[in-house]
Amino acid sequence: MATVKASMAGTVWKIVVTEGEKVTAGQDVAILESMKMEIPIAAEEDGVVTKIIANEGDFINVDDDILEIE
Amino acid sequence: MSNISTENTPPTMKDKILTGGLPKYHDKNAQQGKLFVRERLELLLDDGLQSEDGLYANCLAGDLPADGVVTGIGKIHGRTVCVLANDSTIKAGSWGKRTVEKMIRIQETAEKLNCPLLYLVDSAGARITDQLEMFPGRRGAGRIFYNQVKLSGKVPQICLLFGPSAAGGAYIPAFCDIVVMVEGNASMYLGSPRMAEMVIGEKVDLETMGGAKMHCSVSGCGDVLAKTEQEAIAYARKYLGYFPNNYAERSKVEAPKPPATFDKTIEELIPQNQNVPFDMYKLIERIIDEDSFCEVKKLFASELITGFARINGQSVGIIANQPRVKGGVLFHDSADKAAKFISLCDAFNIPLLFLADVPGFMIGTQVERAGIIRHGAKMIFAMSEATVPKLTVIVRKAYGAGLYAMAGPAFEPDCCIALSNAQIAVMGPEAAVNAVYANKIAELPKEEQANFIAEKRKEYQEEIDVYRLASELIIDDVIEPNELRKVLENRLELYMSKYLLFSQRKHGVNPV
Repeated sequence: MATVKASMAGTVWKIVVTEGEKVTAGQDVAILESMKMEIPIAAEEDGVVTKIIANEGDFINVDDDILEIE
Repeated sequence: MSNISTENTPPTMKDKILTGGLPKYHDKNAQQGKLFVRERLELLLDDGLQSEDGLYANCLAGDLPADGVVTGIGKIHGRTVCVLANDSTIKAGSWGKRTVEKMIRIQETAEKLNCPLLYLVDSAGARITDQLEMFPGRRGAGRIFYNQVKLSGKVPQICLLFGPSAAGGAYIPAFCDIVVMVEGNASMYLGSPRMAEMVIGEKVDLETMGGAKMHCSVSGCGDVLAKTEQEAIAYARKYLGYFPNNYAERSKVEAPKPPATFDKTIEELIPQNQNVPFDMYKLIERIIDEDSFCEVKKLFASELITGFARINGQSVGIIANQPRVKGGVLFHDSADKAAKFISLCDAFNIPLLFLADVPGFMIGTQVERAGIIRHGAKMIFAMSEATVPKLTVIVRKAYGAGLYAMAGPAFEPDCCIALSNAQIAVMGPEAAVNAVYANKIAELPKEEQANFIAEKRKEYQEEIDVYRLASELIIDDVIEPNELRKVLENRLELYMSKYLLFSQRKHGVNPV
């Protein structure tokens, strides 16, 4: 299991995958909004999204969990 | 090892010394994917070591051939270089009295010859049994670091880390211009995991605490992560090609090559919407000579790209924001990375090219606690001090202190040019309208707010329009994105005669 974490502090703008979806390493799974920029967050490994932890609109800090991949 | 006798005559003392330590240590090295020290030097140098001093160091001890370090002179791309290389088959490459003396002497030689010095490190550190002779005195190990500092910026100093560099020894890489680490074998640490457990009670493995990957991606003590020793050696040879022999010379200009060709042009690559990321590497490869990029600190603070390249054969150092990572925002680590890189290029007369697409420095509690102001100051300090040709390109935007750090107009770049859709401002339109009109917006009826914001943003856009900035002589030229390579080629060539004394004084007080 791998947890996708925030690369920097910001607001969760969009979660672009759903639970149960297959993802590949390097694929964007969420987009943060920070410093007025879109910050894409990519999966680090292949797998299936098992749990979405952060909600759209949440403020999250660097290294906070966004979702889990199995 | 061509010197080994193949006939039936007994091996000479020299033959024995050239084979290093006992076979079991050679076997152990081989299992770890490590080469013997003399094989490393064969690969690194054009024609191997052309002179070696101190081969007989400690030869009467019997079991300490060359006292565990090989020092000498050879050539890389036909240029003279000095090398020192630990032999990990001899007491794990540890340092005795003569080891240290040999290392000090080759540093002195590099200083006299004004040539690059390469440190091939694979050493367990001090030989505790010899500490009185090799640790505290005038020509003890401390002298190695003193000499490194003295040589810094005078001749290129390159560290190839093939194994551990422990305790005091970990400062050899720290004082080099660049550190290449071999994944799985190289490590740097002040206290080993065993010591950490004994002294502070921490249970940790070596890789986590001081491994190559950690140092190249988290601490920033390593610059380049290599998969194999061969790859590390090849990188060092390539890297040196961008450098002159010393601070008084200039890098060799290679035969010019056009950039690689791609379907998408620069113009098609850059999204119109300022907030949408794109990949800065793709812009870089469209403006540099094909295959000429040699990146430094690729895995560390990758929101900022630093590396050497050639433009029309001329060696340049590139500092570029990467909007694909963390929005290209500058952080404490990226500022620190830039400061060292800029200082390295300036020391060796390598022109600097800034490619700015930066929303500013990161804000928030976490970065303030990390000292982002102090680290940002280091970057601006190094960039201001740099007297090499400085070319600034505003690729898409430069907001706030991001403009300053990326060699904006006030920092005396030789030119600050903007691509035709670029924006320069204290902050972007969304943030600015919010900052100026927050109270006004709140007072307005809900249905009028959106219109008001849109109108003010438009006014603001016009205010920071690139032609407005050009009209006010803030930027020197506005160019079409697809002209960028040609413009850089021309300007770079014209600026090469630049000579500037930045400030008369002993030295600045660095905000380190």
